[in-house]
Amino acid sequence: MNINKNLAISENGFVFDPNTGESFSLNPVGVEILSYLKSNMSKDKIVKTLLKKYDTDEITIEKNYLEFLTMLREYRLIENE
Amino acid sequence: MKKLAYERPIINKLNTGMPNKFGMKTEYLPITHIDEVSVKEIIEKHGSPVYVLSEKNIRATYRKAKKSFTTRYPKVQFAWSYKTNYLNAVCRVFHQEGSWAEVVSGFEYNKAIANGISGDHIIFNGPDKSVSYLTTAINNGSLIHIDNYDELYTIIDLTEKLEKTPKVAIRVNMDTGIFPQWSRFGFNYDNGEAWDALNRILINGNLELVGLHAHIGTYILTATAYTVAGTKLADLATRVKEKYNYVIQYIDFGGGFASKNTLIGAYLPGTDTCPTFDDYAEAITSSIINSNIKPEDFPTIILESGRALIDDAGYILGTVLANKRLADGSRSMVINVGVNLLFTSFWYEHKITPAQKFSPYTEHTSVYGPLCMNIDVIRKSADLPIMKKGDNFVISRVGAYNMTQWMQFITLRPRIVMIDPGGKVHVIREAETNKDFDLFEKIPDYLTKIN
Repeated sequence: MNINKNLAISENGFVFDPNTGESFSLNPVGVEILSYLKSNMSKDKIVKTLLKKYDTDEITIEKNYLEFLTMLREYRLIENE
Repeated sequence: MKKLAYERPIINKLNTGMPNKFGMKTEYLPITHIDEVSVKEIIEKHGSPVYVLSEKNIRATYRKAKKSFTTRYPKVQFAWSYKTNYLNAVCRVFHQEGSWAEVVSGFEYNKAIANGISGDHIIFNGPDKSVSYLTTAINNGSLIHIDNYDELYTIIDLTEKLEKTPKVAIRVNMDTGIFPQWSRFGFNYDNGEAWDALNRILINGNLELVGLHAHIGTYILTATAYTVAGTKLADLATRVKEKYNYVIQYIDFGGGFASKNTLIGAYLPGTDTCPTFDDYAEAITSSIINSNIKPEDFPTIILESGRALIDDAGYILGTVLANKRLADGSRSMVINVGVNLLFTSFWYEHKITPAQKFSPYTEHTSVYGPLCMNIDVIRKSADLPIMKKGDNFVISRVGAYNMTQWMQFITLRPRIVMIDPGGKVHVIREAETNKDFDLFEKIPDYLTKIN
């Protein structure tokens, strides 16, 4: 999976894609996952990190993570290798 | 260390300068309590989904509406529109407040009698009045609002058989300057049909003409349409007085007052655009006060408002069944309230509010009911807070029509509870079971065994 390394991610939830000029708004968990992806963190580590921090379960995080990736692909912020 | 509250990750593309077809964000606070009763506790005790009615709200709305009219006009009478919500408990609250009953079928007529309303306080409307129920209505001295000539001559025929003088009014339809013009009910004013019907009644002599009735439409957003209706009805009353020296006792303006729901496709929310009771009262009373009817002959104004009196008092509580992503990337949410329980979602953009805390983030969401039918759409598009499977929500302003036009379809109909003014929750209709439903079915002998 390739993530656009030029993405500008603000900690309060705004993302700017300089390649297309498009902007996005994310909630805190979204920003966190996108930042982890940008730093090449593996899926398993992302899930574990979130599980440690948030009051939820592994299945919920995993299914939300996969669906979030679908949206990132939809917006062309990530691409499959 | 205490873990943080989790919310699924979301990403929304920002489109500057583009109108948002999903509308504005409308939910800022959860609805955790209705009349100080916990939503979660109601669901725990009575199941999900469950309808909730606030008696406090019903009474307050009724009193507000009544005050709007009585401060402007001396003689006002409300008649509860049974078809809007004919749960006995609801009808009785309105009757306790002084409402008569307005019914449109034999079934509703029986309900009104069973709810303790005397026959002479029942207005019998509608195009379906059987000879049997007309006979009952005539014998009880009910106010029969005649819809068509066939009905008029049936009643004339019955007067001879029963040797009674029925109390009748005619329903009048007319152009009030709004679209659509309802012309299917009653006699038309503009082409002279209504005047012709009045002449036939008054010349006959065996009928007691007590009133004139119009119901100009539903969800009337232009209060002045009632002024047009009132002026035309007052004209008929004046002509009756001039020609026959006969005083019409009441003018019934029907219903049609809008509730605060937002119609599908409306640009602004209903709370901002719908006329108030004062607007309607001003339009209606001024049409009579400023007419040529002499003050000593002023008729009683009867109002059959239904929707505007009960919509705000009704809620349906439910649960999120699933969240899913549609093929175009948009979000959809499946809830356990379908169009079978929320018929009004065909014309309202119902307000759906989470019953628990939520973050300020929202997603454009299509809300679907639980029925395996493509038409089961509660909100085609709404900018909703993030809710997860198992979360509860409250859909507001569902008191009108949903508890009468609901369908036993695919699922069974749930409980209905009413919160009394003291905060006590009463079950006013039990949830249906398979056993209840099977009571009405019969299996032919040859089908008792299937193998």
